[in-house]
Amino acid sequence: MSAQRRKKKTSQPHPQDELLRTDRLPHIWCPGCGIGTAFSCVITAIKKSEIPLDDIAMVSGIGCTGRMAGYIKLDSFHTTHGRAIPFATGLKLAHPEGSVIVTSGDGDLLAIGGNHFIHAARRNIDLTVICVNNFNYGMTGGQQAPSTPFGAKTTTSPIGSPEQPFNFCALAAACGAVYVARWTALHIRRLTVSITEAMKKPGFSFVEILSPCPTSFGRRNRIRNPLELVQFYHERSVIRNNIDPQEAALDFNNNLVVGKFVDTERPTFLDSYRLINRRELGDWPALEPKVPIPDKQVSG
Amino acid sequence: MSGQAVLTGIHFINGDEACCEGALAAGCRFFAGYPITPATEIAEGMSRRLPEVGGIYIQMEDELAAMAAVLGGSWGGAKAMTSTSGPGFSLMMENIGLGACTETPCVVCNVQRAGPSTGLPTLVGQADMMQARWGSHGDYEIIAISPSSPQEMFDFTIKAFNLAEQYRVPVMIMADEVVGHMTERVLIPPAKGIKIVNRKKPSISPKKYMPYKPDSDYVTPMANFGDGYHMHVTGLTHDERGYPVMDSATQEQMISRLVKKIRNNAEKIIDYDAYHIENADVVVVAYGISARSAKRAVMDARENGIKAGFIKLNTVWPFPEKLFNELAGNVKAMIMAEINMGQMVLELERCAAGQCLVRLVSHAGGAIIKPRSILEAIQATLKESS
Repeated sequence: MSAQRRKKKTSQPHPQDELLRTDRLPHIWCPGCGIGTAFSCVITAIKKSEIPLDDIAMVSGIGCTGRMAGYIKLDSFHTTHGRAIPFATGLKLAHPEGSVIVTSGDGDLLAIGGNHFIHAARRNIDLTVICVNNFNYGMTGGQQAPSTPFGAKTTTSPIGSPEQPFNFCALAAACGAVYVARWTALHIRRLTVSITEAMKKPGFSFVEILSPCPTSFGRRNRIRNPLELVQFYHERSVIRNNIDPQEAALDFNNNLVVGKFVDTERPTFLDSYRLINRRELGDWPALEPKVPIPDKQVSG
Repeated sequence: MSGQAVLTGIHFINGDEACCEGALAAGCRFFAGYPITPATEIAEGMSRRLPEVGGIYIQMEDELAAMAAVLGGSWGGAKAMTSTSGPGFSLMMENIGLGACTETPCVVCNVQRAGPSTGLPTLVGQADMMQARWGSHGDYEIIAISPSSPQEMFDFTIKAFNLAEQYRVPVMIMADEVVGHMTERVLIPPAKGIKIVNRKKPSISPKKYMPYKPDSDYVTPMANFGDGYHMHVTGLTHDERGYPVMDSATQEQMISRLVKKIRNNAEKIIDYDAYHIENADVVVVAYGISARSAKRAVMDARENGIKAGFIKLNTVWPFPEKLFNELAGNVKAMIMAEINMGQMVLELERCAAGQCLVRLVSHAGGAIIKPRSILEAIQATLKESS
């Protein structure tokens, strides 16, 4: 079977074949989907990072983006819906020399997996979390997600979504992520740089990719043409590096703020775990020296 | 790394603490958990002990995460476990299924309390027995063992890790609140006297490695993250390469092996203790804390001239079918003593296949079964069968 497929391949190997399970191709993603581009950027970033390939693992949950783990030729784990981050947490802590990438969609990562996301960021587990945000549940045919814009149509919000979406980047930053960036699937170069930086950053790094889903999302929202959809995201995007991601809520009627928002340092979970267990820190809280009693403010 | 993993000597500790020491002695170096009565002392013990031996303890945000992290820890190369009780056990079912499907060695200790839902958090129950076997969706097999004392909490935790590593399967320690909280003498032998089993590693090159191609014992060698095998691990139905294949033939191949791995090795896995079952008219069967009441009741019955025997199930899943099928032909009755409304008794009935009477002595939870209740059940059952 695989031999036959290999024969059918064109004589020119793809430059990323080295990191692909070519015997699993063709992939399941729809024409015009942004995941392929995002995946390609991840592979380029992995090569650029120069981290030995044996030391890199990819962990995913369920959904279209979750299938990335099935196509990458590395140690790869396709887990349960929403649980990529806790699985990756165990993987990383048991094998700290490894570099662990989590690839996940918006529903997987921030609906069913939302609790794990905030706690992994708080603990600063050394993971690179890549979220392909296509604003809906693509694999199940386009249902409302925690990223679906207010008013956008999905199969479970047929008149329009009555809910406000999360600002993923602001959430990540608020929970303590040390690296936070957002790009569209057309910002290939900047996105690749961000993923490489995120991989090299010790701690919880988060990269969000605004990605077209013409089949399930664009079709119901008057942009059925894949190229038009990705251009729509790209044209409305404005780059605002280093701004507070709270200011970067996605506003489709106006502009879509992208950029690198957070790039900071903080001890990782393992750094802190080892520090505490060396018993070098004094007891908590420090009772000496005495601090001046603050003035009590009367509210109202 | 200042502490010793194996605290050789005689200790006076509770069952939960004994479970921690058993885990460390077995080589456990990763624990992800979430506090819950009456299993909290296991998490507390591991949080104190694991850093002493270079291991990692992490308290997760919930039991969904704890179980997922345990699987990740195992693929990271560590012997990994978690502990919980009913409500947490329910949440863990999702990833216990992933563990069964991806054949991930790991140990889950369920210190049972009475349920359903929040139930009786501080009081004993044995009503998660069927959940241990069937709790996650789909077809699969697991191994479950049931300790009756702090000493067995130590011994059986080691056994649980060895079975998990040998068969690449989640192994459940089905303890209960009384065994977890009772304090007794626990003997920890010298490290070199403890039998340790480690997972089979692949011996062939990464290019030839088929992560789900089994050896003759139905178990496949397991590469860990970082070993250079670049394997794919998925909860989707997968073929021997580990690749998802969505068809009924692959489903048949995968599931039948997951099931055969345990069923065809059942005789090697199953462990029980038998007392006076030769020439017995009635045999009492029990596990966990109920086994201690049952043993006492059987001794009392024999003093009263009743030919009673006793089987203590150390392995509860897989259930010892052959043993009870044969025994049922030689006795008048078998009685299951368990703290639930009738769970393992259904297995006993199935195995007896109508050859003898099968009766249940039980109540809904919150207290142990008194030996007197079992003795009365022995007398009533014998009367019924004659």
